[in-house]
Amino acid sequence: MVHEGHERLTSTLDRPFPPRGTDGRAPARGSPRPGRFRPRLRGALGLLPFTAYIAAFLGVPMVAVIVGAFQSPQGAWTLKNFTVAVHAPYSNGFVQSLELALVTSVVPGILGVVLAYAVHTSRGSFLRRAVATASGVFANFGGVPLAFLFISTLGSTGAVTVWLRQLGIALTANWLYSFTGVAVVYMYFQIPLMVLIVTPALNGLRPAWREASANLGAKDWQFWRYVGGPVLAPTVLGSTLLLFGFGLSAYATARALTNGTIPLTPIQIGAVMNGNVIAGQQNVGRALGVGLMVVILLALAVYAVLQRRASRWLSR
Amino acid sequence: MAVAVAAGALAEELVTPPGRRRAGGRRRLRLWRGVVLVLAAIYFFVPIYAALRFALEDNLGHFSLAALSAIPHATGFMSAFLLSLRLAAVTMAITLVLVVPTTIFVHLRHPRLLVAFDGISLLPIGIPPIVLIVGVLQVAPSILKGTPYLLSLEYVVLAMPFAYRSLDAGLRAIDLKTLVEASRSLGGNLRSTLWRVILPNLRSALLSAVILTAALVLGEFTMASLDLYSTLPVWVVNTELLTAHISVAVSILSLLLTWVLLLGLSAFDRRQYKRFVAVAEET
Repeated sequence: MVHEGHERLTSTLDRPFPPRGTDGRAPARGSPRPGRFRPRLRGALGLLPFTAYIAAFLGVPMVAVIVGAFQSPQGAWTLKNFTVAVHAPYSNGFVQSLELALVTSVVPGILGVVLAYAVHTSRGSFLRRAVATASGVFANFGGVPLAFLFISTLGSTGAVTVWLRQLGIALTANWLYSFTGVAVVYMYFQIPLMVLIVTPALNGLRPAWREASANLGAKDWQFWRYVGGPVLAPTVLGSTLLLFGFGLSAYATARALTNGTIPLTPIQIGAVMNGNVIAGQQNVGRALGVGLMVVILLALAVYAVLQRRASRWLSR
Repeated sequence: MAVAVAAGALAEELVTPPGRRRAGGRRRLRLWRGVVLVLAAIYFFVPIYAALRFALEDNLGHFSLAALSAIPHATGFMSAFLLSLRLAAVTMAITLVLVVPTTIFVHLRHPRLLVAFDGISLLPIGIPPIVLIVGVLQVAPSILKGTPYLLSLEYVVLAMPFAYRSLDAGLRAIDLKTLVEASRSLGGNLRSTLWRVILPNLRSALLSAVILTAALVLGEFTMASLDLYSTLPVWVVNTELLTAHISVAVSILSLLLTWVLLLGLSAFDRRQYKRFVAVAEET
């Protein structure tokens, strides 16, 4: 399939370039002729391998999950999975997941902007480069290794826990495995992610805007209130929504950290699917999955809209 | 999954020269900035320090390399590590063959579809891996279910957003159309245009796509654990109860490995950029 795509690319590129007019643009297409839409068809074929792949390995499984969510274990259509999913213990899981996602998107959202701005306004290009690279590393550093990093830091015998104890501050037992603990760990990848997304936007704030507003007598806060803030707002809001999506779908970190003791929806889905709960509830897991997807896709859709809005002013 | 967006942004940060910045900074600002940077450094580096210390300690708290030297001999480590490497190689190969031609093709022939592709490239982020693997295990034919490479096929989907985004950023940074036309007018056919003009210009974008794909595969836990294959992260979690020191040691090593790869990428990219500037100044 892939090979075919390559061929298509070849054939479309191998066509001679049309003669160009003096204005540098291709002259208008001639009158309709028999083979007129063959190029278009051929162009569509070039996209086929990719589209087919995504359909097969993303589309089909998703449809299967959605269909399964509306079926009983015997295969009859039903809404029962959803009624089970909106009651305890699954409703608690969903609420906790939403709370966790909210906390770990808003707080890192703010902190990330502050950090990005601190780096942005510093002069050393070394610092900027180091932070860009470090953010790339940390943002990718979710999951299992991250959990172990924090267990050796804030776990019951962790280095920081021991220091704090020596200072007379005792963390409650298993603090790290509680809601707050998990939130602190999530920020380890959420803040760098925010820095990565916001930095290009900060770079897009032109010095000329600042000078112009200063020339017009604007004070610092007025610049941020009327120029800088509104220009950055869509990016900041959109990125926060993105973090929200990541916080909601994260599984590995919480699973490795808490061994599944906190009721979060992704962990509940995993438990149902591993058959750790009552048998025959697998379709409830699918219903939970549909719930997660709906929320995250909504957040992503708003993100995409905001991103397009942001690019109006910040296009490079 | 964080990888996805990070990659695009990182690629942009690396591909584009640093923009102009506001000169001057007041003392108040400098103090505030210092505080922020120090706090961030504490939050991000203390856990690394703690993990390093833990990995280099024996049970009595003395310095020891025992955990590190025990890694290769630990039960199941080698097979888990090799499995992860094989999955990474297969994922990278499929990603390159599938995403690179498509991205170039869209940029060249269907620039109007770019918006749609941006949307599609976000899609895998919107679907939690845990939900995706549930669907996959439900519909995959048994011939695929019997092999770990089913994971590779799905990792391509997970990695697609950032592979696409790095390449997209790379392609936006060069004047693709002009390059292709120049190559054509000098008599280059498609193959030489692709190999000698387009791909060399995309080198750093390709590299970042590949490295971030590898980082994703080597760290992915959710899908592998539900598919019941013992990849490196799954092994780390399962072995924790026996030997916590080894689990932490492997974790910290995987962090350092990612770091080295990305630093290498950044250094490579800077060299490219300098050479580009040098050439531009000569002409």
